[in-house]
Amino acid sequence: MKNKYSIFSLIKNAFTNHENWQRAWRDPEPKKEYDAVIIGGGGHGLATAYYLAKKHQMNNIAVVEKGWIGGGNTGRNTTIIRSNYLWDASAGLYDHALKLWEGLSQELNYNVMFSQRGVMNLAHNLQDVRDLKRRTHANRLNGIDAVWLSTDQVKKFCPIINTSQDIRYPVLGGTLQKRAGTARHDAVAWGYARGADELGVDILQNCEVKGIKRIGNKIEGLETTKGFIKTKKVGVVAAGHSSVLADMAGLRLPLESKPLQALVSEPVKPIIDTVVMSNAVHAYVSQSDKGELVIGAGTDDYVSYSQKGSHEIVEGTLQAILELYPIFSRMRMLRQWGGIVDICPDASPIISKTSIEGLYFNCGWGTGGFKATPGSGDLFAHTIANNEPHKLNAAFNINRFVSGDLVDEHGAAAVAH
Amino acid sequence: MFIINCPYCGEREQSEFKAGGEAHIVRPKQPTELSDDEWAEYLFMRKNIKGIQLERWVHIHGCRKWFNMVRDTSNDQIHAVYKMGEKPPIK
Amino acid sequence: MSDNLRTSASKFIDQTTRVSFKFDGKTYFGFKGDTLASALLANNVHLVGRSFKYHRPRGIMTSGSEEPNAIVQINKNSSVTEPNVRATEVEIYDGLEASSQNCWPSVNFDIGGINNFLSPLLPAGFYYKTFMWPASFWEKYEYFIRKSAGLGQSPAEPDPDIYDHNYVHCDVLVIGGGISGIMAAKISAENNFKTLLLEERPNLGGTTIYQKNDYFKINDQYSSNWLEKEIEQIKNLKNLEIKTRTSVAAYHGYNYLLARENLTDHLPLEKKKNLIRQRLLKIRAKKVITATGSIERPLIFDNNDRPGIMLSSAIKKYADFYGVACGKENVLFTNNDTAYETAISLNNKGIKINAIVDIREQNKSDLTNEINKAGIKIYNSYTVIDTKGYKKINKITIMKLSKDGKTVTDSKIDINCDCLGVSGGWTPAVHLFTQSGGKLKFDDNDNIFIPSKYPSDQLSIGSCNGNLELDDIISNINVSLKNFLKINKTNFENLKINSSKSNSKRNIWLLPSDKTVSKTKAFVDFQNDATAKDIKLALREGFRSIEHVKRYTTTGMGTDQGKLGNMNALGIISDTSNVKMSDLGTTTFRPPYTPLTFGTIVGRNVGEFFDAFRKTPMHNWHVQHKAKFENVGQWKRAWYYPKGNENMHDAVQRESKAAREGAGILDASTLGKIDIQGSDASEFLNRVYTNAWSKLAVGKCRYGLMLNEDGMVYDDGVTTRLSENHYIMTTTTGGAANVLGKLEDYLQTEWPELDVYLTSVTDHYATASVCGPNSKKIISKIIPNLDLSDENFPHMSFKNAKIGNIKCRVMRISFTGEQSYEINIQANYGKSLWEKCMDAGNEFNITPYGTETMHLLRAEKGFIIVGQDTDATLTPIDLQMDWIVSKKKYDFIGKRSLYRSDTIRDDRKQLVGILTDDPNEVLEEGAQIVADTSKKPVEMLGHITSSYFSPNLNKSIALGVVKGGKNMMGQKLFIPMKDKIINVKIADPVFLDKENKRLNA
Repeated sequence: MKNKYSIFSLIKNAFTNHENWQRAWRDPEPKKEYDAVIIGGGGHGLATAYYLAKKHQMNNIAVVEKGWIGGGNTGRNTTIIRSNYLWDASAGLYDHALKLWEGLSQELNYNVMFSQRGVMNLAHNLQDVRDLKRRTHANRLNGIDAVWLSTDQVKKFCPIINTSQDIRYPVLGGTLQKRAGTARHDAVAWGYARGADELGVDILQNCEVKGIKRIGNKIEGLETTKGFIKTKKVGVVAAGHSSVLADMAGLRLPLESKPLQALVSEPVKPIIDTVVMSNAVHAYVSQSDKGELVIGAGTDDYVSYSQKGSHEIVEGTLQAILELYPIFSRMRMLRQWGGIVDICPDASPIISKTSIEGLYFNCGWGTGGFKATPGSGDLFAHTIANNEPHKLNAAFNINRFVSGDLVDEHGAAAVAH
Repeated sequence: MFIINCPYCGEREQSEFKAGGEAHIVRPKQPTELSDDEWAEYLFMRKNIKGIQLERWVHIHGCRKWFNMVRDTSNDQIHAVYKMGEKPPIK
Repeated sequence: MSDNLRTSASKFIDQTTRVSFKFDGKTYFGFKGDTLASALLANNVHLVGRSFKYHRPRGIMTSGSEEPNAIVQINKNSSVTEPNVRATEVEIYDGLEASSQNCWPSVNFDIGGINNFLSPLLPAGFYYKTFMWPASFWEKYEYFIRKSAGLGQSPAEPDPDIYDHNYVHCDVLVIGGGISGIMAAKISAENNFKTLLLEERPNLGGTTIYQKNDYFKINDQYSSNWLEKEIEQIKNLKNLEIKTRTSVAAYHGYNYLLARENLTDHLPLEKKKNLIRQRLLKIRAKKVITATGSIERPLIFDNNDRPGIMLSSAIKKYADFYGVACGKENVLFTNNDTAYETAISLNNKGIKINAIVDIREQNKSDLTNEINKAGIKIYNSYTVIDTKGYKKINKITIMKLSKDGKTVTDSKIDINCDCLGVSGGWTPAVHLFTQSGGKLKFDDNDNIFIPSKYPSDQLSIGSCNGNLELDDIISNINVSLKNFLKINKTNFENLKINSSKSNSKRNIWLLPSDKTVSKTKAFVDFQNDATAKDIKLALREGFRSIEHVKRYTTTGMGTDQGKLGNMNALGIISDTSNVKMSDLGTTTFRPPYTPLTFGTIVGRNVGEFFDAFRKTPMHNWHVQHKAKFENVGQWKRAWYYPKGNENMHDAVQRESKAAREGAGILDASTLGKIDIQGSDASEFLNRVYTNAWSKLAVGKCRYGLMLNEDGMVYDDGVTTRLSENHYIMTTTTGGAANVLGKLEDYLQTEWPELDVYLTSVTDHYATASVCGPNSKKIISKIIPNLDLSDENFPHMSFKNAKIGNIKCRVMRISFTGEQSYEINIQANYGKSLWEKCMDAGNEFNITPYGTETMHLLRAEKGFIIVGQDTDATLTPIDLQMDWIVSKKKYDFIGKRSLYRSDTIRDDRKQLVGILTDDPNEVLEEGAQIVADTSKKPVEMLGHITSSYFSPNLNKSIALGVVKGGKNMMGQKLFIPMKDKIINVKIADPVFLDKENKRLNA
């Protein structure tokens, strides 16, 4: 049993100069065989392992991670969490996740700093207005707390936005979901890792999968840099590298991996107390607890695994930021970074069985996977444990690309994630 | 930002170009005779290679010509460009 | 009363020009050439800020862009304020006002300082472990956390300054104007390479330019004197451009670099006005030479952060370059010879040195001998274990190091001082090299990471390449530049170099103390208050990778991005976890090297230059006639033309009525126009549209629907056959560019055998669309010789015509359901065409109408707008437009997708008309449609896509998509709004003139 984290444990440990804290997770050697192995030690993978152990009593499982846990998109993220999606399937999925976020710090006994400071989406032309109103009507009927705001209400909620109607992309209104917000990305990975470890999950870092072995159409195990690991169930949660792993299993996926960039400013005292997203101009901004403006940019249009994008994307985003927040012109960019996002043609994820027995994929989250982390883990764990999807992820199967029943958040609402 | 050697115009900034995804996916000549699976394979499934990838680009703000490129997606190094219809200059 | 610590004249400082500035409200004086830091130090001000977490007093620590502590707010409460500016980089000017940050009420008495006493409760990562109870309280805790975090204050007003971009191309870019960069630039330029030399400081010469030390000589001159002459020479080289105050921010692939040129920050306020403040240079260099130098490392010991503790090299620079003594009672603490250079400089200037503490057991070099001769006490094999002095250091305590350097022995010795210079050796500035994708290797001898593998055509020279001694630097430049530039000899082959050599090295990452580490505050990252014990705690808790430790402790995440702290952090991790430095690797250095102003990145692309609008040739007419505009794609389109006090509803009702009863005129110039020519043009259209085109006669027009390959509606428009092999296609306003791109893609890559040429002619034509019962009369007035009879010129046909001498194309096509003529004319005649139509239509009450009325009129007729009534999830079948999908054609784009198992389902959403029970109730576009309001959750069947009050029908009408709507004609449904439920029923989407009689009325 692990030490519980609390103000009391902090005080207690202060007396021993914090020399007696336990390891947050073990660093075990791989066993010969597991009941299931999750490939990918990011937020989604660790959450999957946690819920497999917690809700499905699968404790003889491992997470294999080629580098260090939380090192991919979980480690560099603009952390927007919201559930105001248009389609019923998406709304169900993301609101399930949002509800889990609301109790996650207590569930994990790890403060993931989920901060419900609200997310605003701005409308800049008449079609944006129609689309966003449509979305809020759908949200209301789906029990999601998003509301429509007039331009004045937008200004009142976030006074630093330039709501002049004479600018290139005037604010014609927006939506607000108050339950939405941000969280501390690293804490999510670490919290799930600590929780999963306590439930007996082996977290195998620096363990790269080199091959997926199957006999006939059944999974037999994984070739890794730490040797062969036998298992009948493999859940792949490898984000940008999903196609690389699919290739090992002889599958092709409807994915492209593209560079996504983001940046932070130098830290300043609180100036923006919510998250503002503007899809028309490809910019979203919030302020971290440290004081940095956290600004998300768009993706480049080519496939790349280099974790670098082109400067023009960043430049374009900052143009949009200064259009909407002219006061930020003298703020300074402290750090920019690029990640790899795997994007489905309909901008919705895949949480699905595959044509290979015992092989499951959780991928295609594009630019918006962080917000889904707890829900994605929970539903993927359900899918792996029961060998069939939960009703909340049934629509996110791979077969939709064959039948044509896409969950087209991309075309339908043109919403940045 | 890459420098791309357009086969028609020569070296230009990447900002003049647009990427068009994996190359050499030929549109089926008789789509109506394909099964849903086969059609989905053409329509959506991609190799999404990490490493040397053959891909399509268009000089959208230049000569508007489409061409192919050999690029290492792991480090963004461009190894070659070649015209539509030509064989890739690698094995 | 402030002291004056200006000890000597310096030629770099203009002591004849006094500059007055304010710091924290108090007026001080410095000289032209001072930085804010040097001027404050000259006034004996060390305390300038408070740290991020513990709010500990902090002073100036460095003399450059690596400064972690002395960061200030410039010109607070003005439109030109700037937070987090490094005092070491600000050149003072008359009127400069600076203030300390992150403290309240003042830097001298800061309430937040209580955090220092709470620090036992605030170890690394404490916030992950607490603030969880009660669950709902996190946001309350967070409010206070946010308030205490952050450093300076964001500006609150728009920026009055101008920024600029410049594209620069050169053969060789040299980054850094120290001795290495100057030599490289000279060699490069003299060998006919077009060379650009960039230096972030206001002056060239780096640290050598103030090096007047007998042990560093070139050709028997002081190295500074030699370099000074070289600088004078290169200023006249014709192939060389030199930019100072220009800092390279980012080094991207393909030798693409970004640099910020600072143009006015150093000027007095009144002189800055209307000048470009900063310029972003976008540089493409064939070759890049990085000569970015190195950064001195602090030493890690208990309480190593007090004001007055500085890098020894900074103390030297303040003395030699600025003529300022940082203290009156100085002590130096070192593990290498650098501190001895500082000591010699201070000693020569008569600045008192109380002692030198050197962790090395002994050292024999010219420099140490000189200090011995000067009678300065050297404590070899000693380490500082503690310091005293809250707002400024006043004492250090030292103890003897054990042989293995892991513990301290013997008795404590106290030494008084008001300034402690520390030197832990040097860290090559490899940031730009790694940004470019370069790989590093670890040099165990000097304990540094140095460039190993270049990813592009580039070279690192000087101390950023690990060459830390003068003679090594110069000999390496001679060898490597010949190879890099492919030249036979350099200008510097036969220099005589004197360079003092140290013969002893001792590196201890975390210096031992008489206390256990967990009881000390040995700062590694000064700005973020990350200490050695924090790093050890992180490792203890299982955070093993450098990235984990960095995130858990926030080491290296301050505004200095770890320039001072990262190497020490790595060293402590390496020692603690027994992993070799080479295996540990570094964290990723991300751009920019130093923070880059948003305004600079954006340049001129703000305001009206941010994504410029496209305006039609008639635009000014619309403006003169008080039109309200709608932004559509890149275009400004007239939305409606209010008269007098009309609101939009009134104007649209009036315009709509006029168009149906008299005449209306619409500016349709924004529609995309693609000229299609070639012998296979008809076949091409067959393949891209859902309907058949081969049989369209010359002179006829046809509506076409274009799908994506996934079967979903993509665009629509009317295409006209101008001649046998010549068509003109119209597209939606927003879709024009994408449609052309898509057509080119298919043409070039899938069907290269087709003889077809596509040209965008959107901008070439202006289009006025005249509609209504009187449209024929109006057109006949403008083009009297055109036979407008229905027999000669029926609906859906086209004629070439002339207005006066000007050729135009007239299409009789209609989006309103009225008889309607579209005149296309060379764009520059657009406005006069429009005015001619207005004149001719005057007697028929011709009424200009905008997009809103156009939308209303077409909705009365049930015509779709792609993008409003469709959303990339609807097929033509879903739109009940089966009639336009050719069953005969073998293939067209998207055809196969229409027959997938889910696209042939009957219960898909289908476009229908929707009528409210109350004819005065206008539905909200986007409102959801349900059949059963009692079910929870409510099942949504679809939504309203278009909705208007029709003045011609005198009732509200709407279009919407409804699951299975095709077979629900007349069925009652509900629109559940927030405050009410509206009863509706499904209707035919064609509300007006189902028989199309009006087209020929």
